[in-house]
Amino acid sequence: MSPGKTIEPLWWSLFSAGGVVAAFLVPVHLFLFGLALPLGWVSVSHARLLALVGHPVVKLYLFVLIALPLYHWAHRFRFVLEDLGLHGLRRPLAVLCYGSAIVGTVATAWVLIRV
Amino acid sequence: MLREVTSVFVAIFVVELLVIVHKIGQGPQAFADMMARLQSPGCIVFHVVALVFVVYHTITWFQATGVVQVVRVGDRQVPPAVVVAGNYVAWVVVTLFILYWLLVRS
Repeated sequence: MSPGKTIEPLWWSLFSAGGVVAAFLVPVHLFLFGLALPLGWVSVSHARLLALVGHPVVKLYLFVLIALPLYHWAHRFRFVLEDLGLHGLRRPLAVLCYGSAIVGTVATAWVLIRV
Repeated sequence: MLREVTSVFVAIFVVELLVIVHKIGQGPQAFADMMARLQSPGCIVFHVVALVFVVYHTITWFQATGVVQVVRVGDRQVPPAVVVAGNYVAWVVVTLFILYWLLVRS
């Protein structure tokens, strides 16, 4: 059994957890930061946002909100690529997809620690 | 396939959100510049499309978990439709709470 197979349940759990986070939390944040704030429908001061992102609980929340959905994407995208006929590249695809999510997780932690 | 596409929009948005958090940390000017960039018609159209896909993810996810997730009360299994409805109620509550937290409470 290859190491990739033995940790398969871990990827699936992260996919599932990311799916839950994406379902419950992503729409409202996308609405706020993608539409409502840029279009001026609502306004939140920079000072308030800075105070929020500086709070440890909010940092933890943002870490979950940003990092987990990356694994959701990685898992789905990997199987899309495999279904597109890239079966021969199974391992490299898995490394590429989950690797991107891991890089994203590290970047998220980095940004949140420094902000 | 449509369901798989939703995950791409989800991933793009969380990366964007990370950039926004970074810009907030850089100061008021960096954040204002970021918001100005997000005002461009291209970005707005993209976010409208992305919102549709993300909500589609929510709907399909709730339908799927309603079937997969077995909830029991005592000896009786809660019907999947009730589980799905419960998810929607929880989603609305969470969404309203976040809007309230960010926009009303200060």
